[in-house]
Amino acid sequence: MDSPGQQAEPVPAGIAAPPAVGEPPRNAWATLRFYGGLYGALWSNSVTRELQFKLNFGLWIVVELLWFALQLAFMSVLYTHTDSIGGWSRWEVILLVGCANFVQQLFTAFFLTNLTDLSEHIRTGRLDFLLLLPANTRFLVSLRKVDLGAFINAAAAFAVMVHAVRQLGLHPTTGQILGFSLLCGVGLSIHYSLMFLLATIAFWTVRAQGIVWGYYNLFNIARLPESAFPQGLFRRVFTFVLPMLLVANVPSKVLLQRLGSPIEWLVLVLVGASCFVASELFWRRSLCHYTSASS
Amino acid sequence: MGKYLHVFRIGIQNTLVYRANFLFRAVFGLIPLTGTLFLWQTIYAGKGPEALIGDYTLSSMISYYLLITFIDALTAVAEDDWQIAADIKDGLISQILLKPMDYLLYRLSLYVSGRMIYTTVALIPVMLFALYLRQHLVVPTEVTTILLFGVSLVMAAFLQFFIAYSVALLSFWVLDISTFIFIQFAFEYIASGHLFPLDILPPALAQILKFTPYPYLCYFPAAICLGRVSGPDLWQGLAIQSLWVGTGLVAARGIWSRGIRRYSAVGG
Repeated sequence: MDSPGQQAEPVPAGIAAPPAVGEPPRNAWATLRFYGGLYGALWSNSVTRELQFKLNFGLWIVVELLWFALQLAFMSVLYTHTDSIGGWSRWEVILLVGCANFVQQLFTAFFLTNLTDLSEHIRTGRLDFLLLLPANTRFLVSLRKVDLGAFINAAAAFAVMVHAVRQLGLHPTTGQILGFSLLCGVGLSIHYSLMFLLATIAFWTVRAQGIVWGYYNLFNIARLPESAFPQGLFRRVFTFVLPMLLVANVPSKVLLQRLGSPIEWLVLVLVGASCFVASELFWRRSLCHYTSASS
Repeated sequence: MGKYLHVFRIGIQNTLVYRANFLFRAVFGLIPLTGTLFLWQTIYAGKGPEALIGDYTLSSMISYYLLITFIDALTAVAEDDWQIAADIKDGLISQILLKPMDYLLYRLSLYVSGRMIYTTVALIPVMLFALYLRQHLVVPTEVTTILLFGVSLVMAAFLQFFIAYSVALLSFWVLDISTFIFIQFAFEYIASGHLFPLDILPPALAQILKFTPYPYLCYFPAAICLGRVSGPDLWQGLAIQSLWVGTGLVAARGIWSRGIRRYSAVGG
């Protein structure tokens, strides 16, 4: 989701000298401050970049809002013919679609562009510059750009969720809201880990962009109520291997008080943690496979 | 004609490089489809075995989605619009302008070759998927139905191409047209019947959509194949469809001739 001007920009120059870079940090607190400062510099770069193409920036927000509206329209059409899908009422599903989009937009805001860029970094050998910087390479690769428009779309998704909660007459407690937020965070981390894993395949095949975009199809599963899926291979794969049926369903169920037992969120957290570990292990292995393209 | 056949052959060779990519795309594309089908099965299960939704049985609903997938493989533009935009932006069309070749026909040849390869590759997973759902499959038996479906399908492909071509030509005026492509695609996705058959919509809305070009990209050929339109409606639909194909051609030619005057051959 880049405009051509953004791609043409000489990439490493922008982050070559963030103010915080100096001696590599020695203790935990210094590490945190170091990466905090670094991320601040990356943010201000992103703001500058986005402000260069104001019209384009606005149009991308329109595109995403349109696709969100389209998903809501689809569900609304379904509910003109039925009152319940797998036990979920109309507004409950709207809440679920809102939640799925909320997590997806946060993912877009923080990670998406960076992960789709990774295969280009590898193909062109620009990864060299990132490897040479005195900071964690995965950090730089994952968080280099921030997509500011996606925050506006996340806010739109949030507004839809609030509206659905009102329609359902729910009054979530502080505990519910806290649990919901934390589980959305886990969902975000799952999207990130899985797509990072897929993007890392580029070290082996070079052209991995198709793989990354293939992941986009999985977002479609995330916004469907999991009880609509019969027990079987499909459901098991998308619960335990690619946990799409958990990322938005479990947080929504917290708000809807539909969570049967704590097992559901425990599974989400466990699967989330394993996805992250798997992606880190694979990243380290793949990095050994890197043969710079340019030299 | 010969030279375009040549372009067609080159197109085949070029797209063959992407066969793995195509297979991957076709397989991943089946995941959301499976999700949607499960959703429908659950809805039907909640309403009893003989339930009808907008006079669709579960079997005809599943057949509809499979047919849409098939039509989509045959007609969807994959990279064509992006390539046209890039050709204009990078000044590559200068090469075509210098040759005794028409850009629209050149692009059309590439589009047809790309679709042929894609369909051939996508047919394997789609067929396997159809085989899995065979008990639900409704197949047309009358020869006229199949023939009319074929005619409508070819027109749908032309219409699809003209729309993508026209949108891509906006590159003469705008530097980055990806947002335009996605906005157009969003309308197409819902109004062409990709997400659900259009006759389950409230009748007033379906009636309005009938006069837009979108239903003729997907929904209309599928409706012919499933025997859901007949008599005067069928002929009226075909007439509107051919009208839109004609309009698409005129628009594509018109935008080209206006755009080419603005063309400054950047980087060419």
